[in-house]
Amino acid sequence: MHPAPSLIFFTVVSGLGFGLLAWLGLGVVRPTGWAAFWWFGLGYGLAGAGLLASAFHLGHPERMLLAFTQWRSSWLSREAVLALATLAVMAPHAAGAVFWSNPLPGFGLVAAVLALATVGATSMIYAQLRSVPRWHHWSVPVLFVLAALAGGALLAGQGRAGLWLLLALAVVMVAHWQIGDRRFRGSGSDAGTATGLGGLGAVRLLEPPHTGSNYLLREMVHVVGRRHAHKLRLIALPLAALLPAILMLLAPSWPPMLVLAVLLHLAGMVVARWLFFAEAEHVVGLYYGRR
Amino acid sequence: MTTLPASTSRKLGLVIDLDTCVGCHACVISCKGWNTEHYGAPLSDRDAYGAQPEGTFLNRVHSFEVTRKDAPPMVVHFPRSCLHCDDAPCVTVCPTGASYKRVEDGIVLVNEDACIGCGLCAWACPYGAREMDADAGVMKKCTLCVDRIYNENLPEVDREPACVRTCPAGARHFGDLGDPQSAVSQLVAERGGMDLMPEQGTAPVNKYLPPRPRDQLGAAGAQAPDLAALCDPSTDGASGFLGWLDRALERL
Ligand code: SF4
Ligand code: SF4
Ligand code: SF4
Repeated sequence: MHPAPSLIFFTVVSGLGFGLLAWLGLGVVRPTGWAAFWWFGLGYGLAGAGLLASAFHLGHPERMLLAFTQWRSSWLSREAVLALATLAVMAPHAAGAVFWSNPLPGFGLVAAVLALATVGATSMIYAQLRSVPRWHHWSVPVLFVLAALAGGALLAGQGRAGLWLLLALAVVMVAHWQIGDRRFRGSGSDAGTATGLGGLGAVRLLEPPHTGSNYLLREMVHVVGRRHAHKLRLIALPLAALLPAILMLLAPSWPPMLVLAVLLHLAGMVVARWLFFAEAEHVVGLYYGRR
Repeated sequence: MTTLPASTSRKLGLVIDLDTCVGCHACVISCKGWNTEHYGAPLSDRDAYGAQPEGTFLNRVHSFEVTRKDAPPMVVHFPRSCLHCDDAPCVTVCPTGASYKRVEDGIVLVNEDACIGCGLCAWACPYGAREMDADAGVMKKCTLCVDRIYNENLPEVDREPACVRTCPAGARHFGDLGDPQSAVSQLVAERGGMDLMPEQGTAPVNKYLPPRPRDQLGAAGAQAPDLAALCDPSTDGASGFLGWLDRALERL
C-alpha cells in the first residue's frame, strides 16, 4: 500500500496523543494548574493534529461531518465518533484540573477508555481489510494500542510502566512482522483464484490493461518499500522500543531521559508505520502480476 | 446506509465469457464514453497527450497466459469491473453512507455528493473495481449503467450496460442472476460459471465463464508436432553460390 505521509503522521501522532490522554484520564498523574494545562494541552494538541492531518488525505474535506454518520457499520466512522467523544468527555476532567485544581476522575476514567477505543478503531480500519492479508490479523489492534500506551506512558512521565510496555511493544512488533510475512500466502488468493483460471494451469500476466499507471497501482501496489523491509525493521525496532526501554531502565523518572526516549520512540514509530503501509500487499496486485 | 441489505429483490449483474472475449477493449471505451457523458462526475484523464497519460476507467481488460500441463499455453483475455458483490466490503467500510447497495436490484453505487474521497472503499475491494477520480476527488465505480437499463428514452435494445451493448464478440451478458430461470443464470449453470477470489468472502454477483477446452492435439499423451523447428532458418543442402557463401561465412 502507498505509504501516504498524512496517514503515517496521523496514526503515529494521534496514537501518541490519545495514549497520553488515556494516562491523564486514568489519573496516574494528577497535574493541576499550569502543569495540567501543558500536559492536557499536549494530549489534545497531538490528538487534534493527527486528526487534522488525516483530513488532508480526503478528496472532499468539506463534507467531513458526514463521516460521523455510519458508525453502525464503518470503523472509520466509529473512529471519528470515538475521537470526538474522547475529547469532549475529557474536557470537564481537564478543565477541572487546570482551572480549579479539582480534576473529575469519573470523566477522566470514561475518557481514558474512549481514548484507547479510538486507537483501537483506527487499527480496525486496517485490520478489517481482508483484501490486505498482512493487516487482516489481531496483531494489528494489539500493536496500535500498545504503541499508544507505551508512547503515552513516556509522555506522562511513567518510566517504570513505560519500560514494560516498550518491551511488550518490541515483542508484538516482531510477532506482527513474522506473522505478516506469511499472511499473503495464507490468504489463499493467487493469480489462479483472482482470474478463476488456476484450475487450468499456471497463470501469468501477458499484457497489462494499460501501459501507464493508474490510481490502483499508485495506491495499492507499492513495491519499493519491501526491498528494504529487513533493514527498516532493524532500524525501527531499536528506535521505537529497545533503546527507549534501555533509557527507562537507566533513569525512569529523569525528565531529559524521558524526552530523549519519547523522541527516539517517535522516530522509530514513523519508520515502523511507514513500513506498515509500504510492506502491506493488496490482492489487486495479482491482476497486475506484481504485489 | 452502509449496512448491507439482508437480501435484494433482484441480483442484476454481468456474465463474462472468457472463452469468447477477444480482448478488443471495445467495452472499455464504450464504458468510458457513456460514463463520462452521463451519470455523475466525468471520468477524467490526466496528461492525455503527454508522456505519462493516465485516467479513470471502470472497466479494464487484462490478458493472461495460462501454462497448461500436456497442452499448449493459452491466452485468456480478462475484463475486470465491479462484481456488485452480495457481501460487498466496499459498502460497509464507507464512513459517510456514500456507498450503498440497492435493495431493489442489488446494484452497488456511490452517491458522489456524499463521498469525502477517503479511498477506503477502494482499499476494501479485492478486485480493484473502484478508482478515485483525480479531478473530481470522488470515488468512481461501475454503475451497471443504471442510467441506461431503466431509461425509457432509449430504444429497448439499448437498455443494457454500454459494455454489453458494444461487445462485438457477444462475450458479455446482462441479466438477473437471482432468478434461476433467467438466461444468464441458465448460461452460468450450463457453462460452470465461477466466482473470482471466493476466499475473499465477497459473494460476487457477476460470474465468469471459463474457457472451453480447446487446442487438443490428438489423443491424451500424444506429442505435439515440433512446429517451432519448421521456423528455424536452415541452409542444409543449399548449393551454388549461396551454399558456398554460407559455408565460407560459417568457417570465419
Ligand atoms: S467488486 Fe469491489 S467495488 Fe464491486 S461490489 Fe464487490 S467489493 Fe464492492
Ligand atoms: S471514498 Fe467515498 S464512497 Fe469510498 S469509502 Fe470514502 S466516502 Fe465512502
Ligand atoms: S468488448 Fe467484448 S470481446 Fe472486447 S474486450 Fe470487452 S468483453 Fe472482450
